[in-house]
Amino acid sequence: MSISIHSINKTFGSYKALEDVSLEVPNGSLTALLGPSGSGKTTLLRIVAGLEFADDGPGKILFHGENVVGIPAGKRSVGFVFQHYALFRHMSVADNIAFGLTVLPRSKRPAKSEIRDRVHELLGLVKLDGLDKRRPHELSGGQRQRVALARALAIRPKVLLLDEPFGALDAKVRKDLRRWLRVFHDEINLTTLFVTHDQEEALELADQVVVMRNARIEQVGTPQEIYDRPRSPFVYEFLGNVNKLTEPNGVQRYIRPHEIEVLFAAEYDPTTDRMAKIQHLFSAGPVATLGVRLDDGKFVDVELSRKQLEDLGLSVGDEVAIRSNPPE
Amino acid sequence: MANLQVTTESKPVRLILILAAIIVLGLFLLLPLFAVFAEALRRGWEVFLASLTEDAALSAIKLTLLAAAISVPLNTLFGVSAAWLVTKYRFKGRAFLISLIDLPFAISPVIAGLVWVMIFGAKGWLPPETLTNLLAPAANLAAWAASSDRFGGLFEGLAAWLANPKIIFATPGIIIATVFITFPFVARELIPLMESQGSDQEEAAVTLGAGGWRIFWRITLPNIKWGLLYGVLLCNARAMGEFGAVSVVSGHIRGKTNTLPLHIEVLYNEYQFSAAFACATLLAFLALFTLGMKSLVEQLSGHSAAGKH
Amino acid sequence: MGFTIAYLSLIILIPLAALFIKAAGLGWEEWKAILVSPRIIAATRLTFGLSAAAAGVSVVTGLLVTWVLVRYEFPGKRMLDAMVDLPFALPTAVAGITLTAIYGKEGWIGSHFAAAATWVKETWHPAGWIGEQINTWANFGAAYSSLGIFIALTFIGFPFVVRTLQPVMEDLGKEIEEAAATLGAGRWTVFRRVILPLLVPALITGFTLAFARAIGEYGSVIFISGNLPMKTEILPLLIVSQLEQFKYGAAAVIASGMLIISFVLLFIINLLQRRLDWQNR
Repeated sequence: MSISIHSINKTFGSYKALEDVSLEVPNGSLTALLGPSGSGKTTLLRIVAGLEFADDGPGKILFHGENVVGIPAGKRSVGFVFQHYALFRHMSVADNIAFGLTVLPRSKRPAKSEIRDRVHELLGLVKLDGLDKRRPHELSGGQRQRVALARALAIRPKVLLLDEPFGALDAKVRKDLRRWLRVFHDEINLTTLFVTHDQEEALELADQVVVMRNARIEQVGTPQEIYDRPRSPFVYEFLGNVNKLTEPNGVQRYIRPHEIEVLFAAEYDPTTDRMAKIQHLFSAGPVATLGVRLDDGKFVDVELSRKQLEDLGLSVGDEVAIRSNPPE
Repeated sequence: MANLQVTTESKPVRLILILAAIIVLGLFLLLPLFAVFAEALRRGWEVFLASLTEDAALSAIKLTLLAAAISVPLNTLFGVSAAWLVTKYRFKGRAFLISLIDLPFAISPVIAGLVWVMIFGAKGWLPPETLTNLLAPAANLAAWAASSDRFGGLFEGLAAWLANPKIIFATPGIIIATVFITFPFVARELIPLMESQGSDQEEAAVTLGAGGWRIFWRITLPNIKWGLLYGVLLCNARAMGEFGAVSVVSGHIRGKTNTLPLHIEVLYNEYQFSAAFACATLLAFLALFTLGMKSLVEQLSGHSAAGKH
Repeated sequence: MGFTIAYLSLIILIPLAALFIKAAGLGWEEWKAILVSPRIIAATRLTFGLSAAAAGVSVVTGLLVTWVLVRYEFPGKRMLDAMVDLPFALPTAVAGITLTAIYGKEGWIGSHFAAAATWVKETWHPAGWIGEQINTWANFGAAYSSLGIFIALTFIGFPFVVRTLQPVMEDLGKEIEEAAATLGAGRWTVFRRVILPLLVPALITGFTLAFARAIGEYGSVIFISGNLPMKTEILPLLIVSQLEQFKYGAAAVIASGMLIISFVLLFIINLLQRRLDWQNR
């Protein structure tokens, strides 16, 4: 089911959380709302869920063409996964997952055996077979995350909303779970909107990335588009390390560390290159990072492969020429 | 519009609940407080003032102040050292010690008085006659000191008491019972506070070369000052307001062994209601002062200073 | 450390030991004779029954008050919040005479109550225990009856429930309620199935604290209760009356029994508290 958001405004007192936000989330897509804290991304997600309400006005939220603005959260058929999971700590894993089914009005509530089957099906889906009797505090962070996901999916939601789904996990689990979620999404093919402040996460996971800043949407596009053709200096800087470099012709431009080429000082071409001195050098891992200081005193980060570094035979204190090679 | 807010109730439900809570609190808290003052002034200001200035009332006030003046500093000293002990050190029996400190909270005030009767009463372990014999050397010493020309006056009272040492049905019993009852208040406020603060700052001070007392005055005390103040206030409120325990040990000798709460009881039982309530206003003011200070302390310290009682 | 232990022993341990030794000094037969005397049985039933009832009502009113104080905004809220501690801070003797003034026969509320009871008495002529109670209420308002004791014990107990519940309710967080709401649960279902179960340990702790306090309560009760043996005499008062008759042994036995119960309650409270801390980690 597609989600269309039309000119939504939200103010908290005098603070503007969202300003004229419009967005299309295509059916079946995995869309990331990316931005720094305070950019309004979580507020937007909560408004879509019905946990928060947009200011009065012409703003609309359409699920597959139907306006849901006046519909309470519990009737919108959204699955919401909270940043800290919000599991019911007095219930077992199975009872947590079954909750949404057991609170249905009697006429719509499935039989007990049916609920049990659905819980086991979901436990299998999120790879938690056999943990149905555990309490939330007996699970690891990653497991809790998946219980929360299963609980949200139990009600067969039409859209899935995730608030910082990996925010509370440590680095290793985070990466594994990220990959797993991508595969999982492709399996269940449910329109999914998630909030993150981590650009790597957004770029790796999403079909569509929405960059937000100061209550507005800055840019919408595929990860490739956003990374390669950022529409503003903010998007450029937010999506990864970036250098602000003045080229010999006087033009200022943003350039990513891996887009800079390092040459021997002897190859210096004054029309395209700048002279620089190597200040420090990190070469643990497949990618080496050089910190160089330009002749005007500015620092620039450069990334190159270990192989390149070895071929050049550079060390701290060497003079080099650097040339920017933007992708075309 | 229907109630779409998911974490609160609809307006009518909210209003009904708020109203119900206000009625409960009004009936239980505000009305009694109001009643104290209304009853006290029922027969006018003159009766009110006369009730507070008659001799028996004044001597009850004096005894109440004396009991508080002894028990509060003693238990403050104990509270600080006990809290220091159980929060900065780990040792066997620590949990047991904490439970022991809590004990007077769990004990009926009547029992708190009774235990002293069991020790110092006529049929107790140390009845007055035994005590007289035990204290005879001290009594002789005090008598000698009292007979001396220069400081004799200072020792007269002591000598008289030591010669005929009475604890139960006398002032010392009231003081001891008050100490027992108010024993946990300061420690109880400080223990959770100091527990949550940990020993990091003290350890840092040790590495910087500060000594024990210095660390206490410069690091620990400033950190716990609000909790300590509140604990002292609670201790004081209870010391002045205690009824059951002192009632058991006092003997109700008017003008001699009546504290303010006991004086109120005597007046009440003699149907001098306005006088009883007039004296009660003093204690009600004390309670209000304590509550006001609590709110103030909470504001100043920026977090909840109040533990459980 | 030395000072702490010495002081603790002098003030707490030795006196308590004295009491137990005094009680233990009596023979078994004497113990039995004291414990099964009808007056003691009546007082025990009255004390424990009313303490449980008062603690139970404190839990309900405490839950209501805490909910409103934590969840809603309204004028005067800060003052009411501070006032909740009044029963802790107000000396029990003052509470006792004041509650009597309000709920006794001449009292502000008690007079209406007595009139209502008189009306019930004359209209229906109830018999038995209820008739007896109604008769007392008609004659004395809530005073001289178990109702008066119950009111005093509720006054004393209910702040314990509020102060135990308050931090737990503040820490609940909105997220679990939002989670339940997105899963389709209505407000009442959320309260019943999500919020209330999380409050149960705190409610039990509050109940136990209020109950333990009520059992030993003396000052706020004796003025309103009228202290009629077999009818409105509570255990602490019975100890005092034994003492006044110089029956030290009997007083020690009753006190020892109450102490043991207090210790057990204290132990339970500590266990519950630990469980509460652990659950709220």
